[in-house]
Amino acid sequence: MKTIQVATTINGDATEFVCAPDESLLDVLRNRLGLTGAKEGCGTGDCGACTVTLDGRMVCSCLVLGAEVEGSTITTIEGMSTGDALHPLQQAFIDHAALQCGICTPGILVAAKALLDRNPDPTDTELRYWLAGNLCRCTGYDKIIAAVQDAAAKMRTA
Amino acid sequence: MQYAKPKTATEAARLLGAETGVTRVLAGGTDVMVQLKAGMVEPALIVDIKGIPGIRSITPEAGGFRIGAAVSGLELGDHAALCAMFPGVTEAAQLIGSKQVQGRCSMVGNLCNGSPAADAVPALFAANAVVRIEGPNGSRDAAVETIPTAPGRTSLAKGEIITSVLLPAPVPHSADAYLRFIPRTEMDIAVASAGVSLTIDASGTITAARVALGAVAPTVMLVDACAAAIIGTKLDAAAQAALEQAASAACKPIDDKRGTIEFRTKVAGVLARRAALIAYERAGGRK
Amino acid sequence: MMDTGVSKRKFKQVGTRPARPDGVDKVKGRAMYGADMTAPGMLTGRILRSPHAHAEIVSIDVSEAVALTGVKAVVTGADLVAQDDIAMRDIQINVLATDKVLYDGHAVAAVAAVNADVARAALKLIKVTYRALPHVTDVDAAMAPDAPVVQAGRSLETVPAGMSANVTNQCEFGHGNLDAGFARADLVIERSFTTAATHQGYIEPHACLASMTSDGKAEVWCCTQGHFNVRSICAPLLGIEASQLRVTASEIGGGFGGKTAVFIEPVALALSRKSGRPVKIVMTRDEVFKATGPTVATSMDVKIGMTKDGRITAGDATLRYSGGAFPCGTVEMGAQSAFAAYDLEAVRTLGWNVLTNRPKEAAYRAPGAPQAIYAVESVIDELCQKLNLDPLDVRIKNAATKGTLSSYGPTFDDIGLMATLEAAKNHPHYSAPLGKNQGRGLSAGFWFNFGGNTSVSLTVNTDGTVSVSEGNPDIGGSRASISLMAAEELGIGYDKVRTIIADTASLGHNDNTDGSRVTFAVGLATIHAARDVIKKMCGRAARMWDIDEDAVTWVDGAAVPAGDNAGKFPPMTLAEIAATSLQTGGPLAGHHEFTADGAGVSFGVHLCDIEVDPETGHTSVLRYTVFQDAGKAVHPDYVEGQMQGGAVQGIGWALNEEYIYGRDGRLQNAGFLDYRIPVASDLPKIDTVILEIPNPGHPYGVRGVGETPIVPPLAAVSNAVARAIGMRMTSLPMSPPRILKALSGG
Repeated sequence: MKTIQVATTINGDATEFVCAPDESLLDVLRNRLGLTGAKEGCGTGDCGACTVTLDGRMVCSCLVLGAEVEGSTITTIEGMSTGDALHPLQQAFIDHAALQCGICTPGILVAAKALLDRNPDPTDTELRYWLAGNLCRCTGYDKIIAAVQDAAAKMRTA
Repeated sequence: MQYAKPKTATEAARLLGAETGVTRVLAGGTDVMVQLKAGMVEPALIVDIKGIPGIRSITPEAGGFRIGAAVSGLELGDHAALCAMFPGVTEAAQLIGSKQVQGRCSMVGNLCNGSPAADAVPALFAANAVVRIEGPNGSRDAAVETIPTAPGRTSLAKGEIITSVLLPAPVPHSADAYLRFIPRTEMDIAVASAGVSLTIDASGTITAARVALGAVAPTVMLVDACAAAIIGTKLDAAAQAALEQAASAACKPIDDKRGTIEFRTKVAGVLARRAALIAYERAGGRK
Repeated sequence: MMDTGVSKRKFKQVGTRPARPDGVDKVKGRAMYGADMTAPGMLTGRILRSPHAHAEIVSIDVSEAVALTGVKAVVTGADLVAQDDIAMRDIQINVLATDKVLYDGHAVAAVAAVNADVARAALKLIKVTYRALPHVTDVDAAMAPDAPVVQAGRSLETVPAGMSANVTNQCEFGHGNLDAGFARADLVIERSFTTAATHQGYIEPHACLASMTSDGKAEVWCCTQGHFNVRSICAPLLGIEASQLRVTASEIGGGFGGKTAVFIEPVALALSRKSGRPVKIVMTRDEVFKATGPTVATSMDVKIGMTKDGRITAGDATLRYSGGAFPCGTVEMGAQSAFAAYDLEAVRTLGWNVLTNRPKEAAYRAPGAPQAIYAVESVIDELCQKLNLDPLDVRIKNAATKGTLSSYGPTFDDIGLMATLEAAKNHPHYSAPLGKNQGRGLSAGFWFNFGGNTSVSLTVNTDGTVSVSEGNPDIGGSRASISLMAAEELGIGYDKVRTIIADTASLGHNDNTDGSRVTFAVGLATIHAARDVIKKMCGRAARMWDIDEDAVTWVDGAAVPAGDNAGKFPPMTLAEIAATSLQTGGPLAGHHEFTADGAGVSFGVHLCDIEVDPETGHTSVLRYTVFQDAGKAVHPDYVEGQMQGGAVQGIGWALNEEYIYGRDGRLQNAGFLDYRIPVASDLPKIDTVILEIPNPGHPYGVRGVGETPIVPPLAAVSNAVARAIGMRMTSLPMSPPRILKALSGG
């Protein structure tokens, strides 16, 4: 298959890559760009482990073609914080033990941030429905909800 | 496989018409990408329609709204005027997949995927939606219920694509609603579903109604008998029972991993009744 | 946490909730999981799987695949060393089939190619000729005399003559006179139950990167619950010695027992050896469901007698478990645990394992116990309903305590069941009002917990910090717990300790991360290793003080003279001893290797409130509380996490999760869309109450906590549904079609 050249901005950096026409954005990120923070749990949009934001909206990167993102802006978990600082959500996940194995964590953090960007003060129910596309098998979600709410509270007063 | 992103609908139709191999239209990609991953299809050409002007716009038209074929569920949900006018359609569209999928999935994609369980489709049927089709012979409009023909199949000819869907202006005192049954609270495919649109007069009597059922037949289906069961009534207990019975009677479901014939038949009736009650209340009828 | 009044050691570090050492890497997406590693020149490996539930392999022609440009190696079952040991042979033919395929998804061949597209294309070029055989996927059908035989000649001598050839083993446990017991009962209820096979559902698919050279040197990087086990299995399958194969465990994205088994690592090694290049294999989700271990599917009969005042007079259970296409011993654990919560005069459990054309069962969190206990707790609940007795009072009345002869043989030492039941009884949840169509269910649960082979090395660095090397993949925060125990024992700060998971070349053998053993057994080894180095540090101090080594003791992180007679010296801290260690006798390190014994059993009680929509059969979990004895919660956050996570897996099992097979014997729902694990919006807060009844077998009182939480939810949810709808469901999952069918009269 002939490859396609694509120019994008990823985590604030101008990024060019080539990919096959049928290659997913997730495969591009992981296999061509070394951005392995997004995980593949299913490849069919059912688990949310590969969540990234594409032009400000969160998507499953497994359901996006690499070829589609020409001219787009993408943020992955690797772009959530810069330098040695952690985003308040990242810190809250550590403080509240909101991860056990941690494989779903990057996707959940990206999704939670996308919600708080739209709604800084969600109810637990809103949060649970927003995160319904992010499967976690370890925690039962409880500490995840607590961590996001704690981070949201801190972000509102920051 | 080739990937193309044409700048016009005419060009998109030309590319799709000229390709002799398997083709797929890419809007949100939330069905196409799954098919690729599973190896269910190996298209020779994918046509990304998101470069077509207007394909991602919601535009007022003749008192209703024209919605571009690639408008995502999230964009629908964020459009306050559209949601106020068509709560059933917009709620249905927002039930497709996760919030991640909502960032991409479109109602037209949901329609063209041809699934009898598609969430947006019963609501579009009920809302009397009209799709605009671009094809080798130019542009044409078609009633939405003429599109699905069988599981995974549509009436679109080779080279034809749907570029937008029109939700016509509702007459006063009308409202719609959509309900589906899934085992969990999110992330499932509908096991049965019902979309209802109805109009009432000043006395609260239903003067017009459209009822569509999903996941209980090879395609989403508009059930005239359901409409007949409630037209001329104030949706009292007898009318509710008649509606429920008409809905169940119309079901021709299958047994599969998601539900049984018995279950789908019963629940489709329950959902039709509950959706009608919601629509009735939204239209201004008393509870 | 509740104070149970049991006298406890005062801890300085254990019981606190510090940040886990791998936290920052994991929230930044930097942690390296199974699929995240690459190697120069790496190839992509892919596996060809059977489309048949049961078939003879007539021939495999790989010539066209081998000839495809970009294909560097193709392997089949013939590329692995045939094993004599029957357990190893089962693994061998499960990893790559030889004569027969035994289930939909059974691996048949594999390719290594320059990329995934070429690998996929190559799989299509492999020509396998099958001769389809009759199949059976249902456990009861497989026990019928005329059932298709999955594997012939696999029945052990314990199986009575005349049973189906698919019955591989029989077990029986219990004591007392059943007939006399049932005769004393005022009410006897006998019911039959089934539970569907469920998958562990870890979000990370199996993945490995293997490199093997022609001289037999090999390396594997993989996500596993036990890299020593990976070595033990791969080495003989590749015909190499353990010393030549180094296995490194990646970060692991969930396992719950399912990653104690080996599937792809030997295949990747064989492909690497043949191609001369590193090979990475990552399973798709479809492959995970079809070819890795679900838990057993079951069919069970339970009969229990009870007096009017709630005393259980006798209990009898017959368990039929299927562990798929290979013999499996899970039914023994089910049979042993079925009645473990109760102090009974007469009890018997009889179990059979049955072969079916399903993937080989792998451990899933307390394997075998949730099913049997679901059946027992359901019948007890029905007895309580019919005799108009409070279900918690009945459990308290019959609860096993210290000194009880357990239903599976041993006599219990200190156990926390009674405290757990009383905590549930006194909790506001138990007396909260319920609304229409709502019901409250409860269940007790039990798990043995295991110890096992463990090896830990602990070094004191010259800057006064401590490095702990252990050999058990950290699946839920165990590095934090191990660091806490090292810090506690050494008397230094948690932040002075870092625990890592060492590779197979760096430590003695470690059993898998399973059996709720890590915090218990690795913690115990760490304490012993710390004591080993403390002894050495006391020796260094003694030498510097020029006093007898026995006259030095260790207090609060420092060596001190044992008494006034020993001499007057100020405490010499770990940091001070470490700083001069290279001049006082060399590097300081402690280690401990042993087979850990004394893992205390763990009990839990769950309360669940459910609402059922009577028109659709839809269920909503409204409130859920978990009570569990942790012995001593080393890091309470991660203890709570185990309790919550296990409860939610059990809720999924009770309500919606199941393996669904078609008439063709193929799995119909091999994906997260139709294998429905709970999502965040399905659940309420999962409340937790940790009880601490110290385990006499551990110096800190630690008990394993990881598995018990999945045991009670099946019955707790089912009992809640029974009380909400006034009807008892006897099949799991209680999916909406099943509930609605029951409501409409079956």
